[in-house]
Amino acid sequence: MYQYIIRRFLIFIPMLIALSIIVFGLAKAAPGDPFSGKILDPEVGMEVYEKQRAELGLDKPVPVQYVRWASKIAQGSFGESITYKGRSVESLIKERFLNTVYLGLFALFITLIVALPIGIYSARRPYSLIDYGTTTFGFFGLAVPNFFFGLVVIYLFSIKLGWFPAQGTISSTKLTGIAEFKDRIHHLVLPGLTLGLASTASYMRYMRSEVMDVLGSDFIRTAKAKGMSANNVLYKHTLRNAMIPIITLLGMELGPLLGGAIITEQVFNFPGIGTLFIGSVINRDYPVVMAITLLLGVAILVGNLLADIFYSVVDPRIRYD
Amino acid sequence: MQTLNEQDINADGHVNGSMRKHRSPFQLSLRRFLKNKLAIVGMIVFFIIVASAVFAPLLTEHDPKAHNLLKVEQKPSSEHILGTDSSGRDNFARLLYGARVSLTIGISTMVFTVFLGLVFGTLSGYYGGKVDSIIMRITDLFLALPFLVLALTIIALLKKVTVGLFVVIIAVTSWPTLSRIIRGTFLSLREQEFVLGARVIGASDFRIIFRHFLPNAIGPIIVNATLLMAAMIIVESGLSFIGMGIPQPTPTWGNMISEAQGLRILRYHPEAWIPPGLAILLTVLSINFIGDGLRDAFDPKSDRR
Repeated sequence: MYQYIIRRFLIFIPMLIALSIIVFGLAKAAPGDPFSGKILDPEVGMEVYEKQRAELGLDKPVPVQYVRWASKIAQGSFGESITYKGRSVESLIKERFLNTVYLGLFALFITLIVALPIGIYSARRPYSLIDYGTTTFGFFGLAVPNFFFGLVVIYLFSIKLGWFPAQGTISSTKLTGIAEFKDRIHHLVLPGLTLGLASTASYMRYMRSEVMDVLGSDFIRTAKAKGMSANNVLYKHTLRNAMIPIITLLGMELGPLLGGAIITEQVFNFPGIGTLFIGSVINRDYPVVMAITLLLGVAILVGNLLADIFYSVVDPRIRYD
Repeated sequence: MQTLNEQDINADGHVNGSMRKHRSPFQLSLRRFLKNKLAIVGMIVFFIIVASAVFAPLLTEHDPKAHNLLKVEQKPSSEHILGTDSSGRDNFARLLYGARVSLTIGISTMVFTVFLGLVFGTLSGYYGGKVDSIIMRITDLFLALPFLVLALTIIALLKKVTVGLFVVIIAVTSWPTLSRIIRGTFLSLREQEFVLGARVIGASDFRIIFRHFLPNAIGPIIVNATLLMAAMIIVESGLSFIGMGIPQPTPTWGNMISEAQGLRILRYHPEAWIPPGLAILLTVLSINFIGDGLRDAFDPKSDRR
């Protein structure tokens, strides 16, 4: 098992390098560089621009540029944003990053709180009214585009009923302590629901089928036959086994969650990584686009790595060779 | 999407064949499919949507691209059933013609993605070894980036996005999942005796792939292609919604909903953005029902319903 973890980790490093090459290549493929996007002032001679380009290292061969770029990133510097003059990319991302993390965690929280109990219930009482309700919800949850769902909840709960705010993360920066926490949660409800909808629907399905699978296996029959109470069978034998694939799925969930956050944040005008990314894409602010793409890629690689390692630790039946 | 396995369709005809009138596996699947009520409802709804897209010129006399600045953001009237948008274009006409664009993109992206997935999945699953590990590392890389981020970055590099270009971008960024499913199916087929048999009697690689592998993998491929088409319709509408998809004035459902990013339309003109949203929902639901029906139909073990 340790060998597997080490090997899995060794694959992770070239993947990281390859990822950075792709991101760099995409940015290089972009037409022009930071200067060609602007209207060049005819009063200033071309040689001034040439000098500026040389200062940024843009006149060097591409592999040299890559190494320079990569070594700067290794030191934690992503360069300067083009749209926000004088702001470093890190500080822009830092400012937004936590908001997206809160949003993602909140959506995940809703997903788990709702999907797991209902999934378990439907598996224990298949073809009951609640099970059919769950299935129907699952179909809708996976078919509604999240931006449309977001607009509908804004229309209903923000405009018509006025229960929740439709934008932002906090109503006043003066709030502190519990009042601040409450206010932040209040702002997270609608975007969190929107972001969590699709994963809630799919986790319900997964949980239902996993629990049903385990309930059908021989060791459950044995446990029942030796007179174990229904609750003990459920908690000690069924859930422990059914949770293995679910927890692994959580590691895989990072990608879809981050992708979904991009559009959800746009609907709610939420100051997170997603709105920063789209804004930078529209403004062709490549340093920011590259940094975010790389960041999300690394997050997903780490998520998958952890999921794989976790799987090998938790499930001793799995042999890797 | 990855719940299918290689034994879904074969071996089925043989189980029942000797006892009753012989039916081919395909006929058995068809019978199972026709018995599935949800799938049939999905089929009917989907055909209605396709028909309204095809016969759009008969259903409305308005031009979906003709703007009229004297009639901006009008409420529904007998002339404009769903009112007009912020450029004075008829919403109902845009809904119908939007179905054309959204469906065309959904279908063509699906076909192109399936093609790429098939080519790489086959190379990987059939030949194994070095080819397999190279292709798999490439898919790993693709899967390490959220699909949307990759697609958006590529779109950002281009000056103008056309429908054709859009299809190519989406297909190129989304084939890895499908090729993995196909690879998995092929890898397990490779070990089976009938393949060894075919090889022993001297069948070429080409023949083995087309006569023995593909027919056995067709179930998972069709099911995933169906579900992929629904996913692609959502992707197109999402990208168009944030203004990074098909540019205006081409009517697509996503373009129509993106009008609701303005608070005034969101608040006072729900008739402008709710219908295209429901259209996406209905289309995706009906395709998913068909897909699930196909999945059950191809799976001889699923005789529960």
